[in-house]
Amino acid sequence: MTATTAPTAATVAPETLSTAQAINRALRDALAEDPTVLVLGEDVGALGGVFRVTDGLTAEFGEDRCFDTPLAEAGIAGFAVGLAMNGMRPVIEMQFDAFAYPAFEQIVSHIAKMRNRTRGRVELPLVIRVPYAGGIGGVEHHCDSSEAYYAHTPGLHVVAPSTPADAYALLREAIASPDPVVFLEPKKLYWAKGEMDRGPVPGIGTAVVRRQGTDATLIAYGPSVPVALEAAEVAARDGRSLQVVDLRSLVPYDDAGVCAAVESTGRAVVVAEASGFAGFAAEVAARVGERCFHSLAAPVRRVTGLDIPYPPPKLEHLQLPSVDRILDAVDDLQWEDA
Amino acid sequence: MLLDPDGRPTAAGALPPVEDLVRGYAGMVVARRFNEQASALVRQGRLAVYPSSSGQEACQVAAAHVLADGDWIFPTYRDTAAVVARGVDPVETLVLLKGDWHSGYDPYDRHVAPLTTPLATQLPHAAGVAHAARLRGEPTVVLALCGDGATSEGDFHEALNFAAVFRAPVVFLVQNNRYAISVPLSRQTAAPSLAHKGVGYGVPGEQVDGNDLAALLTVLSGAVARARAGEGPQLVEAHTYRMQAHTNADDATRYRSDEEVAAWVARDPLVRLEAYLRAEGALDDARAATIAADAEDVARRTRDGINEDVEPDPEDLFRHVYSRPTPQLVEQLAMVRDELARDALAAAPTRQEAGR
Repeated sequence: MTATTAPTAATVAPETLSTAQAINRALRDALAEDPTVLVLGEDVGALGGVFRVTDGLTAEFGEDRCFDTPLAEAGIAGFAVGLAMNGMRPVIEMQFDAFAYPAFEQIVSHIAKMRNRTRGRVELPLVIRVPYAGGIGGVEHHCDSSEAYYAHTPGLHVVAPSTPADAYALLREAIASPDPVVFLEPKKLYWAKGEMDRGPVPGIGTAVVRRQGTDATLIAYGPSVPVALEAAEVAARDGRSLQVVDLRSLVPYDDAGVCAAVESTGRAVVVAEASGFAGFAAEVAARVGERCFHSLAAPVRRVTGLDIPYPPPKLEHLQLPSVDRILDAVDDLQWEDA
Repeated sequence: MLLDPDGRPTAAGALPPVEDLVRGYAGMVVARRFNEQASALVRQGRLAVYPSSSGQEACQVAAAHVLADGDWIFPTYRDTAAVVARGVDPVETLVLLKGDWHSGYDPYDRHVAPLTTPLATQLPHAAGVAHAARLRGEPTVVLALCGDGATSEGDFHEALNFAAVFRAPVVFLVQNNRYAISVPLSRQTAAPSLAHKGVGYGVPGEQVDGNDLAALLTVLSGAVARARAGEGPQLVEAHTYRMQAHTNADDATRYRSDEEVAAWVARDPLVRLEAYLRAEGALDDARAATIAADAEDVARRTRDGINEDVEPDPEDLFRHVYSRPTPQLVEQLAMVRDELARDALAAAPTRQEAGR
């Protein structure tokens, strides 16, 4: 949708970073380039964040640029509104997905609405970073997939990267955006490594095809993308060619890109870790059904988390979309040879 | 209290310069007239709702008068008179309550944040604006308004705590008018006073007679000066009373006695200051008439502006959700455009009907 600030690094040697390192680099580069960028939240200072995503930023840029706040998420979000109203570009960290709920009123009633309410006079260029979703053996309240709440709220952009290169590029674009962005960082991918020198990266609002395929399309985002890719790999061994689409951005949502992909295969499975009922995967399935009906050989299937509170670590494998569940759903797509 | 309810100076301290008091009195006369006019416009069906600050004019005017041009003020829905006293156009001030849009004025023009209805949620914004200014070394002070009920909200606590931790130059002015709609102060707090709440945050708290403009100017000016000097946030609790119901939709007789209201009528902030200024020879009939005429002018401009029908533009619904509309909003705008075009066609006579 827009040009990004991703390095076109043809001249730079290939470099491999983890997602956490890529996010750290995006914050560091943004802090270095723009004196109005501020990083704030709980433990983001001396500790460098509980996931070390802000490691070294306070040492490099000082207490005024990257700083710890009182332990109060509504206060952090509300404080950021004021900072953004007065010339700053705050990047706030909600330490864990479920700890962001105290900030919900500030996010929904102010951050999402300020531009609209003031007819564009007050814009809030702020980013809400949320370490997000499960798969890391976290205890209760540390593994929520909360994207539906944000995606349902007009006025917010919602981004969920699945690779280190995307994490870097999309976060840079989010920080530069005049609109508030909820930036969902899949916790289980923090340590996953990837190459950073892929050249220009498509901007927020553009879905990409991560794996070409001709028989069916898997639509995933954030933590579900690697699982979908793994399922496609297994399916290929069985002679079935699965395409994998990575949404990257939930809002804006790339209807055109997703439809083009689905129309090329005629079958679709949406994969998402969040509980399925009334979730974002339902929105994707509905939109594909409405727009691609005549190209579809089978109803769109969803593979999602169960409609239960996130399980304790010993049972979380039952909640997460697995390769087998994805392949079972693919098998159900009314194949003529079945 | 610097002036007693009859307008006699107390021994509590020196009064502000008399020209500040005359200016404040004139502001209160405008505020009172503006409140009356807005309430009348509700009865005439021109405003959807109006939460009047009648009785609280001293707080409203003092809040605006103690600030410098570069300072900010964060109002609630009941602080329209303060917004007008700050210099915002009265018609633009009432846009939210008229229902044309959610906010009518440019917050950057006079450094007035939009009127906020979810209680206390604007207070952390005030702390953030103040902190941003402080980071840049600007001398900005932010005055944040709320009522007694709002002090029970978590955002009140978090805003005072953030402001204190970052030594943000914010003056929190709590207009304690004793009721949150119908719920009395005793159900909001067991604290000895709302000013006491500052202790828990390391914020100096002060109580003031909220119907005594002289006392308010003194206390708020001091708080603003201390905040500007780098002493961090200040909390001021002003004891006042709303003379009207919560809004036109409220029935205050269900929770307040006539005797209680009468006791507060006797403490009217305008009557008190007028008595003092006349006794001092700072206000005569001619000056009072000029002030009343100015207030009448504000009322007339308010009335005329609100009585003007503004046709809302449906496309505005899509224009400012994001800096650029999402593809989904582009589609929805096209749908609404199409509906409106069809409605317009249906409203016009068909060629056949027109020919008859």
